[in-house]
Amino acid sequence: MKFSVNWLRQWVPVEQSAQDLAEALTAAGLEVDTVTPVASPFSGVVVGEIVACGPHPDADKLQICELDDGSGEALQVVCGAPNARAGIKVPFARVGAVLTAADGSDFKIKKAKLRGVASFGMACSARELGMSDDHSGLLELPADAVPGTDIRDLLALDDYSIDLELTPNRADCLGMKGLARDVAAISDQTFTPQNFPAAPEGHTDELPITLEAPEDCPRYLGRIIKGIDPRVPSPLWMQEALRRSGIRSISATVDATNYVLMELGQPMHAFDLDRLQGGISVRRGRAGETLTLLDEKEIELDDSLLTICDEQGPVALAGIMGGLDSGVTDATRNVLLESAWFRPATIMGKARDLGLHTDSSHRFERGVDPQGQREAMERITQLLLEICGGEAGPVMSAVAEDYLPQPQPVRLRLQRLNRVLGSTLEAAEVERILTGLGMTLRPVEGGWEALAPSSRVDIDIVEDLIEEVARVHGYDALPAAMPSGALSLPRLSEAEVTTGQLREALVAAGYQEAICYAFVEHKLLKSLALDAQALPLANPISSDMDVMRTALVPGLLKALERNLRFQQERVRLFEMGKVFHQGEVLEEVERIAGVVCGTALPEQWGAKSRALDFYDMKGDVERLLATRGLQSDVHFEPCELPFLHPGQAATVFLGDVAIGWLGALHPQTQQSLGIKPRSFAFELDLDELKKREVPCAKKISSFPSVRRDLALLVPEATTCAAVEQQIRAAGGDLLRKLTVFDQFSGQAVEKGYKSLAIGLILQDVSCTLTDEVVDSIIDRVIQGLESQLDVQLRG
Amino acid sequence: MDTLQTIHDKALAHVAACDDLRALDELRVAYLGKKGEVTALLKSLGAMAPEERKRFGQAVNQLKQTIAAALNARKAALETAALNARLAEEQVDITLPGRGEQRGGLHPVTRAMQRIIDLFGRFGFEVATGPEVEDDYHNFEALNFPAHHPARAMHDTFYFGDGRLLRTHTSPVQVRGMLAQGAPIRIIAPGKVYRSDYDQTHSPMFHQVEGLLVGEQVSMADLKGVLQAFVNAFFEQDMATRFRPSYFPFTEPSAEVDVAWDKGDGSAPGWLEILGCGMVHPNVLQACQIDPERYVGYAFGMGVERLAMLRYGVTDLRPFFDNDLRFLRQFR
Repeated sequence: MKFSVNWLRQWVPVEQSAQDLAEALTAAGLEVDTVTPVASPFSGVVVGEIVACGPHPDADKLQICELDDGSGEALQVVCGAPNARAGIKVPFARVGAVLTAADGSDFKIKKAKLRGVASFGMACSARELGMSDDHSGLLELPADAVPGTDIRDLLALDDYSIDLELTPNRADCLGMKGLARDVAAISDQTFTPQNFPAAPEGHTDELPITLEAPEDCPRYLGRIIKGIDPRVPSPLWMQEALRRSGIRSISATVDATNYVLMELGQPMHAFDLDRLQGGISVRRGRAGETLTLLDEKEIELDDSLLTICDEQGPVALAGIMGGLDSGVTDATRNVLLESAWFRPATIMGKARDLGLHTDSSHRFERGVDPQGQREAMERITQLLLEICGGEAGPVMSAVAEDYLPQPQPVRLRLQRLNRVLGSTLEAAEVERILTGLGMTLRPVEGGWEALAPSSRVDIDIVEDLIEEVARVHGYDALPAAMPSGALSLPRLSEAEVTTGQLREALVAAGYQEAICYAFVEHKLLKSLALDAQALPLANPISSDMDVMRTALVPGLLKALERNLRFQQERVRLFEMGKVFHQGEVLEEVERIAGVVCGTALPEQWGAKSRALDFYDMKGDVERLLATRGLQSDVHFEPCELPFLHPGQAATVFLGDVAIGWLGALHPQTQQSLGIKPRSFAFELDLDELKKREVPCAKKISSFPSVRRDLALLVPEATTCAAVEQQIRAAGGDLLRKLTVFDQFSGQAVEKGYKSLAIGLILQDVSCTLTDEVVDSIIDRVIQGLESQLDVQLRG
Repeated sequence: MDTLQTIHDKALAHVAACDDLRALDELRVAYLGKKGEVTALLKSLGAMAPEERKRFGQAVNQLKQTIAAALNARKAALETAALNARLAEEQVDITLPGRGEQRGGLHPVTRAMQRIIDLFGRFGFEVATGPEVEDDYHNFEALNFPAHHPARAMHDTFYFGDGRLLRTHTSPVQVRGMLAQGAPIRIIAPGKVYRSDYDQTHSPMFHQVEGLLVGEQVSMADLKGVLQAFVNAFFEQDMATRFRPSYFPFTEPSAEVDVAWDKGDGSAPGWLEILGCGMVHPNVLQACQIDPERYVGYAFGMGVERLAMLRYGVTDLRPFFDNDLRFLRQFR
């Protein structure tokens, strides 16, 4: 909603500056987006009358005008505007006038010579005065303008346009009248609406109007105006008012409907009466019907769309846009004016569905004053007769009273108001505010019954009234309090690893947290064989964000690839977030994932540079798992995800539950993603990962421990985990700790075998272990390894 | 007595000249050991007359102590010198960088979000969560957005074509929280939200933190107080704020909160919107089976990116999701 302060002043005295008014509007919930001057800050421009006009001897496009600027002396002015002609009045920048150039700088008008002819000033277009972009010709002023009058005064150009970003509930402020009522209330002035008396009737022609869908349209007023002059332009004051509201002037009739829409908030429509066949009916559209709208777009109608019809069929889309074939043209002599009320729910969303947004639909879907149609009809009649002449007929009215919103008083208790606001407002203040907003108050026990003006379609329940009081009183004037009352202390679960702890573990391991979009390209998921349960968006913002991610790693790999392109050689990224699996039901799974490439450690003098390998990645995963405390339930098994290296990938188990995977990327995956350096990744479900037990301490042993190291010759195919498991089984309770401290194969080791060096620490809680006991355990371990796994003690 | 003096002079000269701990020990043996010169003198005492034995004995003991003291002093000096030599040898260039992994860092959005959660936690707000793929009921209807209502046009929604949608705000967690927990309730709901809008100031995915408090003694004054306290705490300074009437279908009265922000470029501080809030609409309480006569509640929602931008001086929204290490590494 854009309007000029001058227009508002016609409805309510505004003493403040435009800036102060804007502040006050914003503070009252009518948020101001912009405040802009309606013209550039020029000076020295007056009304000039072109008295005579003749060709320039040396230039086809220039004319030499004789111009009267009120000074009593005729001035010679060279002018290139196509509409320059004798008899018109135009803005004239005298020598010495200061105008504003397109780049914002000032320039002074000087005496000049154009193709050898002296020119004493400049006749101006609207653009040259910073009023619009129109540079097609001179701005033509009203014939009664007096030469020499300052243009700023004539057109009241010391004015500002204010653009409001109205919230959808404030439909009443989509017209000057409603806006003025609010401005009066917030500035504590009395609001006196203008009255538009009934127009004199010059003929008695009528049309039948039928409300076939009275619930959608319970009121439809029509009036026939005969014999208008379609070619007369709308007056400059009207064009200016509309321009300052961001509406282009089209023709007198259309301008008048727009003027009333802006003034009273009531959308109006004008039909060319001679292009209508018979009476008007308002009904839902029918399948198979079509209508070509004013924007020349043809739409297919159906039962969801409300239409205005003549005997032949639909001629307008109710509350949204008129039809092309029944619209007014510059040949229209007789018009049918429409002033109707359409139910918001009928109009809501329809324009949007059709890809339209009109000033009319914008108002009807938010709610137009259900009592405002007659006033608007009288107002437009008055304007049209004034501008275009013609004769008005009687107002034809079709009303289904039962379907019109009935004004309902709302009960407000002072105590409730103060309880909700935490305030101590007095009854008198509440009364002042509500009556100031045009409400009728009836005192009842403890409060009032308030009846809002019919234009306030948003006032429905007590909270609406409380908000009105708070809003006009001023939110900033309401008290603020700190929370009081009993504090409670929640039982903080220690059996859950916090997301903060998990993040911290990775940050300590050199990872930088990333946040990727939760939607990814389907093609990417498909290339990683992760698309099986991908949930596609019906209206993706672009084709590379068309499905919900099923895993975090694809997004991270894109980020890794992007960073490599920006010369980052060592990349360590992680992300925590949800992935989406659409099976029979949708599962939203919380995950943590990481990707890495580059050297094992940042480049440094003190450690030999070495490429990352599987065990570096595994160490990171183990550190993450270690946030859970003791982790005897963790184990790893080979994993066969297609995008991972088949020999360097593991599934991570907690007990029997697979919680994710880690591994090297498959070289082909890397190639297809354009990632050159060897890269690794992991991805784990958070749910299981977060579970842990609150530690339960055991007594520590006061007896010495014994360490024995075993050098083992292990068949190549036997895993370290199998050896460990066998040792633990044979070692029993006294085996406290097992450390693999060396692993190698090659020349020093028999072919088909590898060497494992394992340190065992044994300890008893009740006595010092004797050599005999230790020896017997070690023997048992070795025998177990030999018999179960074909593992030999190295000689 | 000449002999004693000779031994004395010789021994002290030897000790003084000795610069090796092992040689020093050899000197100790040579003079004070079982077969040492001084020990030999003591052994000769037995053959002396009592009178002389006493006098000579005292003199020899005196000598022994003198030599022992000299030996000890020399030993201490040599040890100190040896330690100093070792320390000097072991000196390193302490300006060389330390060894090992470098710390990574948290995403600025996480940092800001964590800060918000921590601060409201001190007011007793507990974290609640909800799904990101929502249905129309929880995202709109229960929050008092009727179908096709123009208020929905403020939310450019991503749909899945079967009625489901990506939540456009964290407010559905209010509904889920109230339905699950009833009143009184005091929760905070951080998370991702989605709107189909993509330009310099809009991202199709961003983060919000929603707060909800419903109780019997709750008023808009509390809401104002809590949010003002939060803003001051978050920015660690007293911030000028402005509570402006606004409209959200699920709160009434509704407000937007602006902070006065000095961009630091010399221009006058302007108002910057940082959050929306209001008193929970009775229709929402009713939809959540809470008696609006008995209970009053307030709710607020803030955009985490906006707060992070102000807090950390980020001027553009887009780097948040580019995951460029050169940007992220600033937040270690």
